[in-house]
Amino acid sequence: MAKKSFRQAINEALTQEMRRDPRVVLMGEDVAGGLGSPGEDDAWGGPMGVTKGLMPEFGRERVLDTPITESGFIGAAIGAAATGLRPVADLMFVDFMGVCFDQIFNQAAKFRYMFGGKAVTPVVIRTMFGAGFRAASQHSQCLYPLFTHIPGLKVVIPSSAYDAKGLMIQAIRDDDPVIFFEHKMLYDDMDEVPDEPYAIPFGEANLTREGDDVTVVALGRMVKLANEAADALRRDGVACTVIDPRTTSPMDTDSILESVGETGRLVVVDEAHPRCGMAADVAALVAQEAFRALKAPVRMVTPPHVPVPFSPALEDAYLPTAARIVEAVRGVMA
Amino acid sequence: MSDAIRPIGMPKWGLAMTEGKVNAWLVEEGAEIAQGDEILEIETSKITNVFESPVAGRLRRRVAAEGETLPVGALLGVVADGGVDEAAIDAFVAQYRQHAAEAGAAAAAPEPVLLPAEGWTVRALRLGPEAAGESGTGPATPVLMIHGFGGDLLNWQLNQPALAADRAVVAIDLPGHGGASKVLPGGGDIAALAGAVRGAMAALAIERAHLVGHSLGGAIALQLACDAPEAVASVTLVCSAGLGPEINTDYIEGFIAADRRREMKATVTALFADPSLISRDMVDDLLKYKRLDGVLPALRAIADAAFAGGRQAAMFTDRLAALPVPVQAIWGEADRIIPAAHATAIADARRHVLPDAGHMVHMERPEEVNRLIAAFVTAADG
Amino acid sequence: MQLNREQLLAAWRMMGTIRAFEDRVHAEFAAGGIPGFVHLYAGEEASAVGVCMNLDHRDKIASTHRGHGHCIAKGCDVPGMMAEIFGRASGLCGGKGGSMHIADLEKGMMGANGIVGGGPPLICGAALTAKTLKTGGVAVAFIGDGASNQGTTMESYNLAKAWMLPAIFVIEDNGYAESTASNWSVSGSQIKRAEGFGIPAVQVDGIDFFAIHDAAAEAVERARGGGGPSLIHVKLNRYHGHFEGDAQTYRAPGEIERLRRERDPLAHFRRRVTEAGLLEASQLDAIEAEVATAIETAVAAAKSAPMPPPPNLLTDVYVSY
Repeated sequence: MAKKSFRQAINEALTQEMRRDPRVVLMGEDVAGGLGSPGEDDAWGGPMGVTKGLMPEFGRERVLDTPITESGFIGAAIGAAATGLRPVADLMFVDFMGVCFDQIFNQAAKFRYMFGGKAVTPVVIRTMFGAGFRAASQHSQCLYPLFTHIPGLKVVIPSSAYDAKGLMIQAIRDDDPVIFFEHKMLYDDMDEVPDEPYAIPFGEANLTREGDDVTVVALGRMVKLANEAADALRRDGVACTVIDPRTTSPMDTDSILESVGETGRLVVVDEAHPRCGMAADVAALVAQEAFRALKAPVRMVTPPHVPVPFSPALEDAYLPTAARIVEAVRGVMA
Repeated sequence: MSDAIRPIGMPKWGLAMTEGKVNAWLVEEGAEIAQGDEILEIETSKITNVFESPVAGRLRRRVAAEGETLPVGALLGVVADGGVDEAAIDAFVAQYRQHAAEAGAAAAAPEPVLLPAEGWTVRALRLGPEAAGESGTGPATPVLMIHGFGGDLLNWQLNQPALAADRAVVAIDLPGHGGASKVLPGGGDIAALAGAVRGAMAALAIERAHLVGHSLGGAIALQLACDAPEAVASVTLVCSAGLGPEINTDYIEGFIAADRRREMKATVTALFADPSLISRDMVDDLLKYKRLDGVLPALRAIADAAFAGGRQAAMFTDRLAALPVPVQAIWGEADRIIPAAHATAIADARRHVLPDAGHMVHMERPEEVNRLIAAFVTAADG
Repeated sequence: MQLNREQLLAAWRMMGTIRAFEDRVHAEFAAGGIPGFVHLYAGEEASAVGVCMNLDHRDKIASTHRGHGHCIAKGCDVPGMMAEIFGRASGLCGGKGGSMHIADLEKGMMGANGIVGGGPPLICGAALTAKTLKTGGVAVAFIGDGASNQGTTMESYNLAKAWMLPAIFVIEDNGYAESTASNWSVSGSQIKRAEGFGIPAVQVDGIDFFAIHDAAAEAVERARGGGGPSLIHVKLNRYHGHFEGDAQTYRAPGEIERLRRERDPLAHFRRRVTEAGLLEASQLDAIEAEVATAIETAVAAAKSAPMPPPPNLLTDVYVSY
């Protein structure tokens, strides 16, 4: 099977769904690029090149470059979704939610409930997240806990190219608003990705490692680190189950509780801030539902509760590492 | 006495296997072992299995430690007569490791290919020497392996390499399965699927083959033998459909319905006598297949046509006697999908019901199944 | 544009329905029967009706927190609206939205909106749908003078023009954003703002149904013909407070009484059609009586309807989850 990058996988999902369904449109700042400029058309394909090639195939009527107007076009995507299109809007960096969040959490998330179940808002908002890019405080945050907090939104965080394609196809076919988080450090990661379209259901965790000693829950790029840690620990005779929930809303709590029931030990790895984040959420879940299964206190591996710094020396110190995960696992094994 | 030192290497069980984990040694250092003795339990990401010794002699050295994960071809143990001194064995181990490292880097696994057949695209994996040419002087008649409902060509990963020593062995994906196109040319009934397989044989330039069919694939092989006996050298039925009305519809429907890991794992438990063989990767692979666009409608159509109302629609028991093609049946005694009692449709001498195995007998007891197939096709070739 | 008798009667019935609905909600709220808070549209009827009479099933509107009039004008079920305001299971939104979130997407009504300035971007989306799927539809955002100062509104002007969308922005300028006067809070002019984006804009008198109707007709024609967005600045008056219970101490003494006496859109309409001999006063009176009965019936039905059962708390969050 062909190896494809995370970037190619998302591009392929968008391409296949746009071919399948004429209601799927793409919009965002520079999703094609070069509109109205004297130089190349399709100049960018998004700042990371994820949507390159879509405009030449589908035309400017379905690949819509926007002015820099996040409230405007995110709101337009939501309004279009409520009236019959299936838009995929590119909110470049999730840090930009600050200028359009109302449209997401007060409008898209609430329509169905406020309108008594009569609204359908099949919008997908793609957005980049995560640190490690030397992009400092306003271009490196995770922020998915804020979206997960809002009922009415679905929140997707793929950790591999295979998952990225299948989850994106599911996101586009899904009838609810979906926030699709793409970690900017994963775009070049390669994985076996089928050529055919496929959809991965939401709320189905992926077990990337299986072991009886410790349950490690991780999201996004942290899954890679958790896998590295688990492989290192296995060589020393400590067997971890690594659970990638894939989606934080809905969340596959059954898989987490089942595994903790077997291992009795939990380490949660999250790149988001520690307060009111996913690590705290998973820890609370296990404390409430599986307290008696626990053989050791739950450990959280997260950055400190500070903004993302710029200097490489500081950013490297900020991010969780495989070594810190190993240390946390040894801690719960002690 | 001989001073030969013979290696035991990590086996390659199927296309996808790149490494294996030594779960347990089943023999002690110093023990005399015969070829075919169960010496190791090896776990791959797909399945856990016992490894039968490829050589005979005294096990002088257990090189691989229990719990160790090693690449295919890596040295697991060394067999030599008692007269060989320890220094010679040390030297052999060192030399072997260096050689294996160099060879491993160069080896390239054969890849399945996609070929246009009539109305669909077949995916096929060919192993072994090229098939016999027109002159008939080439290697023996090829084997064509046909998987069952919901399966794919990788179901034969423990069988295909072993059978490919002296002949071409081609495993295919049925329409709607594996990497084949998900359209069903002509529909989902056995006759239509047999027609599709004939198309695949033409696309693969196979004029005549020994057919090995598992479950649904067995019924397809029988249909093909009835429709075109000139193209079929022999039929090996593995836990086959087509020999009785009963089929476990809970399994069929459960397989179609399962879209979550836990449901799928529970469903495929019925396939094995020993459910501990089911690995996370096996379940993941099934889910990955089931998620592909077009798979669900294809499986639904096949189930509705071939197993309508919980009964097998196509029965070949009345036609076996007149069939000018030798047929054998291999079954797992603990088959929970199609009862092993259906094997009685085949004459005693060609009926092999293996204990401690379920519907996936070719995965649970590969060595025995491989021996039975090899002997049968060789005999049929005359 | 010349309206025929049936259209004039329909306009009268609709404006009368809005007036009767709002005056009755005012009374019921004062009596304590309505939970939460409501924002009433009385005095502004000609705007909603004058605009929406130009629309059909293809067209969408996004409303404001002061949305009852827009809902009625776009064809939402009136008893269903009343039941919704009373929080009943039979409400248009099953009692989950209330006054500020009444919507009926099947009728092209994309919702009253609790967020000031929430609607204009949504309308750009509805207009994009119409343009992409070539339905011939247009999309209208009703915007208060308060919302006209929100960034979303001006982002929407820009986006609608950049994408040449069939969108219409109707600024309903009733003079007050909550308690703050628009003649203080709105810098520059609504018309020049639109013109700055290259959007054709016109100001109309909010008591004049006919002027509003004609301005909307021109904007709808432009939108359907691919001519892009338009803006209509309607100067009008609200009779009630920002919300019910607002003492309105910020208004001039006698201001509301004078507006009701001299600047009433329904009185203006009655005078115009009877003086021109288009309709008889008796016809108008008969419709008024029918409307009063209909509102009475709607209120009675709403009050006697059951509250939503507790299990409904958990439904309608997602299509599937």
